[in-house]
Amino acid sequence: MRTIIFRFTAPYLTSLMVLFSIFVLLRGHNEPGGGFIGGLIAASAFAIYGIACGVAPVRRALYFHPMTLAGGGLILAVLSGVLSIVFGIEFLTGLWAFPTFLGTEVALSTPLFFDIGVYLVVVGAISTIALALEEREDD
Amino acid sequence: MATESLSALKAEAMTQASVAPIDYAVIMPVIVCFLFGAALLMMRKKVAWHPIVAIPGLVCLLAADLALLWRVATGGPVTMMMGGWKPPFGIAFTADMMGAIFVTVAGFVALCAGIYATASVPGSERRYGFFPFLFLMMGGVSGAFVTGDIFNLYVWFEVLLIGSFGLLILGSQHEQLDGATKYCFLNLVGTTLFLIATGYLYGIFGTLNMADIAEKAKAMEDTTPIFTLAVLYFVSFSMKAAAFPLQSWLPASYHTPRFVTSALFAGLLTKVGVYAAIRVLLMLFPPERAEMAPLFAWVAALTMVFGAFGALAQSDLRRFLNYAVIVGIGNIMVVLALPAAVPGEGGLAMSVGLSGAILYAVHSIVVMTALYLAAGVAAHLAGTSSLHEMGGLWRNNPLFAAVMLVLLFAVSGLPPFSGFWPKVALVRATIAGDLPWLAASILVSGFLLTIASARVFALGFWRPLPAASAADTRAEKNAIVAERFTAAGPEKALSAIPLLALCSFVVIAGVWPQWLLDLTDAAANGIIDPAPYITSVFGGVR
Amino acid sequence: MEVALCFVVAALFAVALYLLLSKHIIRMLLGVVLLGNAVNLLIFTNGRIGPIAPPIIPDGAEVPLEAVANPLPQALILTAIVISFSFFAFLLVLAYRAYQDLQTDDTDRMRVAEPEDEGLPPLGY
Repeated sequence: MRTIIFRFTAPYLTSLMVLFSIFVLLRGHNEPGGGFIGGLIAASAFAIYGIACGVAPVRRALYFHPMTLAGGGLILAVLSGVLSIVFGIEFLTGLWAFPTFLGTEVALSTPLFFDIGVYLVVVGAISTIALALEEREDD
Repeated sequence: MATESLSALKAEAMTQASVAPIDYAVIMPVIVCFLFGAALLMMRKKVAWHPIVAIPGLVCLLAADLALLWRVATGGPVTMMMGGWKPPFGIAFTADMMGAIFVTVAGFVALCAGIYATASVPGSERRYGFFPFLFLMMGGVSGAFVTGDIFNLYVWFEVLLIGSFGLLILGSQHEQLDGATKYCFLNLVGTTLFLIATGYLYGIFGTLNMADIAEKAKAMEDTTPIFTLAVLYFVSFSMKAAAFPLQSWLPASYHTPRFVTSALFAGLLTKVGVYAAIRVLLMLFPPERAEMAPLFAWVAALTMVFGAFGALAQSDLRRFLNYAVIVGIGNIMVVLALPAAVPGEGGLAMSVGLSGAILYAVHSIVVMTALYLAAGVAAHLAGTSSLHEMGGLWRNNPLFAAVMLVLLFAVSGLPPFSGFWPKVALVRATIAGDLPWLAASILVSGFLLTIASARVFALGFWRPLPAASAADTRAEKNAIVAERFTAAGPEKALSAIPLLALCSFVVIAGVWPQWLLDLTDAAANGIIDPAPYITSVFGGVR
Repeated sequence: MEVALCFVVAALFAVALYLLLSKHIIRMLLGVVLLGNAVNLLIFTNGRIGPIAPPIIPDGAEVPLEAVANPLPQALILTAIVISFSFFAFLLVLAYRAYQDLQTDDTDRMRVAEPEDEGLPPLGY
């Protein structure tokens, strides 16, 4: 699989796919998309990078262990639900804020953070499995 | 204009009332499990920190469970709608008395097992995620006990299954892979059946909220499809609970992982299946369940008798315990065979029997967990768990042997321990329900299990150490076994504390059963008459 | 449409059950995959086949402009797909490890956890 063409294109392809996955994640609130599908796209990007250049560079590029990413995502998702306790409304109810940032109104909401949490969980869990299977091929 | 109509739509679709802080107790057990599980996952390399985080986490879980039990005991069933969407469209978490009791007992045994695990699970297996998997499984178990949505129940089943898969293969011995293969396939097929039944249920009722289903099933004129549903649910829950004839995966797998893992599985996982069977068959489809009662009576009787004979035939301590779990399941299943509670005609059989069955489940959760933990200590002291080679534990360690004796008495249903009162209630209910042969099978299976436990105690504890296994062969074997079991001896406080805590519950529940009976009576009434449950979900909506 | 889907579901179930009855783990795995798909299609059919417009409210409107497809069965199926996918990944690795360690994928020969020649427990001492 490690042809020179593939190895040359893989980093560009990966970075494009990760960018696209973040676009899909942020688009998810009102249109098709969201954390789950975005996470799958990002995980497949890392899988492609792993096939092309080996597993070790992927682990280096991710910096955190995938399982740590998944744990952090889970905490973020749960906490964005727990925030509703402070306001005395039911668990997971959406809370919205519209701060102005550099003259643009930005819509911040707990569903967004929940989705980011889901994104991280999916990236972490799927890349763990994918990288483990790719490592197995080497031996 | 746009904002006005939007708020009108919101008022239509979302709940408006604010939530009292104590009502968050419904969701707290699940939140605590996921937060601590995720935190432990993030620090997976720092194995020394795991117990320091995990034990307070389990204490928090138990505290949340107790808060929920207190809330339900004082204020009746409590509901929280996820995201504030009105029922029946939003996912409901509803805790009634039965769910609260189960979730509290589950939290109690999880704490005991967690303390035991800090002494017995080596660092390498902590690194592969013993504690995160434990919290994942407890999250699934707690969620299954408090959810009010049947598809959500399926999801929690899968969550606890994934957690249990992880715990089951930790260590990767030959035995474990063998047992795990059978466990995984059978449980996967069981939950798939659950999903099939839920698909049909959605097709028939157009709703997944349990309170809504209970009302719609009562109002339905042609009940034929409900029989199909009831049978499908019964088969899938029997598979989870290991009822005859779908039980053979349990003795094939439960003795293969670590003792502490076996203890949690034996205590909790089969009881989730029993809980779901009681919830779905007795609360949602009571008339259809009553029509099929003769079938359930046979299943219950054969499960107990099979388990008792299986227990008699075992020559290994752990495999004996596998069959003791099955006997307990048979006893709890008796409740499905009782005649329906007809309002006005007393309905003694059902109310006494259901209370007894819930009490039996509580007893079984505690005593099976304690027995597997005790078996871990025994295997560590004797260097083996085979009855051919064990012996002399009474002389070496009388206190531990006495604890084991109490637990074996309790599992056989002898007074004055916790197994006695639920059996009395179940026998009384079967006789009141005109099923004397079922009462006889409860007593006969209890008698056979008493013989089997007595033999375990006589061979493993009472007799002097057999000569054949003495000296040199033992030393050699000890080295191998000690590496595999690494169960801590009772001289280490960490394994003695949970064992004593569980054992004292067994004694207290046997000597002062009234407070427990009050709780289980309330739980049984909540299932027989689900009106408070339904009101708590729909509240002011209808 | 529903009738045709019913036949597809029946055929998938038949094949899945046939494969699950095999003694070899790899065939059982394929059976599990097909079983998951059969169940998903069953839920889809149970949700009734209605309009095919996606249930998404366009900008500026507050309710869907036309009759839309029932989103609930799709949400159920999505959940079920995610779960069956993760289970399949787990079972695949487990089956591979079991094959490596036990040197067989025949479930009849997997007798490590329950040895055949165990004999009677001690009958006295």
